[in-house]
Amino acid sequence: MTAEEIRKVVLAELKRIAPELEDVAPAKPLRDQVDLDSMDWLNFLVALNERLKIEIPEADYRKLGTLEQIVDYLAKKSA
Amino acid sequence: MIEFKLPSLGADMDEGKLLEWKVKPGDKVKRGDLVAVVETPKAAVDVEIWQDGVVQELITKPGETIPVGTVMARLAAAGEAPAAAPAAAPALAPAPAPAPAPSRHPVSPAARKHARELDVDVEKLPGSGPHGAVTVQDVEQAAKGAAKPAPAAAPPSDKALAMRKAIATAMSRSKREIPHYYLSQLVPMQRAQDWLTTYNEKRPVTERVLMGALQLKAVALALKDFPDFNGFWKDNAFEPASGIHVGVAISLRQGGLIAPAIHDVAERSLDELMKALADLVRRARAGSLRSSEMSDPTITVTNLGDQGVDEVFAIIYPPQVAIVGFGRVAPRPWAEDGMIGAVPAVVASLGGDHRASDGHRGARFLAAVAALLQEPEKL
Repeated sequence: MTAEEIRKVVLAELKRIAPELEDVAPAKPLRDQVDLDSMDWLNFLVALNERLKIEIPEADYRKLGTLEQIVDYLAKKSA
Repeated sequence: MIEFKLPSLGADMDEGKLLEWKVKPGDKVKRGDLVAVVETPKAAVDVEIWQDGVVQELITKPGETIPVGTVMARLAAAGEAPAAAPAAAPALAPAPAPAPAPSRHPVSPAARKHARELDVDVEKLPGSGPHGAVTVQDVEQAAKGAAKPAPAAAPPSDKALAMRKAIATAMSRSKREIPHYYLSQLVPMQRAQDWLTTYNEKRPVTERVLMGALQLKAVALALKDFPDFNGFWKDNAFEPASGIHVGVAISLRQGGLIAPAIHDVAERSLDELMKALADLVRRARAGSLRSSEMSDPTITVTNLGDQGVDEVFAIIYPPQVAIVGFGRVAPRPWAEDGMIGAVPAVVASLGGDHRASDGHRGARFLAAVAALLQEPEKL
């Protein structure tokens, strides 16, 4: 899967959880742009896991601050 | 003969609008079955029945708005000979209509109803709501696509207005009637956090537990020793509740909040509790709650830590007598053995009804919650 395809999946799942979301600045902290609580975040990761079959350990959450970082992380894992 | 009445689904509900009957005359129902969908100011709620019987007569018509306590239907109790059988009921009890196949996506009751009005097959619709839930807007979009005239749906602003009115009613009543006292305690969370990290480390993302579940369990277990915070203030007296059903304050994306119950929290394992919590939040946001979840909370827990606040001074949801708040878990200065260090900690707070309890008891209750959070392996 290409980074662009992953990006589409990430954005689609993000919008599913936060339908009000319009644009996401890729390099800005995600949680400053989207109202995500811990349950939303967990659901977001569950959805990514289901769609991309990639397991994200809890210890890696800190690497997933921005949209850019999430896409990079998932792209590396899926390579 | 059983009279099925519109139940009160919270202090903010005086009336409800019947959206749909889930049963018809002749149907057998048993305790816990869903029999109707009722719209309240906060949500469309699946209403359960609490007796076994056979439906005799449906009195309220879909679309009617009725006060709480109105007899909506009559049923023959189990073993009771049906009264004059309704003309429409066949002599032989028909097999119950097969339940509709579960749809791939959740469908809010309001959307399901709207879909019927617009003759849209809701099971085939893709959902754009949270977790793929089919929303009223999806139904309208599909109806437009089919070039059918769509009746005007209630604008979202009306819904938001009704929600604000409901919150205003309950919270004004609370502040008017309940002499609140507030207590708070800084609770070290190092042990809970370390324990949870280890607990989640090897688990797939679908089985991870959030700190919120530990906090709910700690509150519920503490209530076993402090039952005077678990119940209701009714007719100038405290009425203890028979179970510990913790209301969880859930904010809704479209604005407002709802605080449905997780039943028997003290008896559930952390894994069960986490599943129940995730399910409750999902259904609350998709508009698919059950009446018992709305009517049964015996205390409320609110957690605003994700929003970054340090401390919550919450307002009791009447007729409950207590509310517990949690702020964010963050590193804070903590003195131990004469040394100051930074430890992760959370401020736990209690809003108590002074008619039902005193600060002294409240302080001990909060201390019990704090102590339980120091032994996460026992939760």
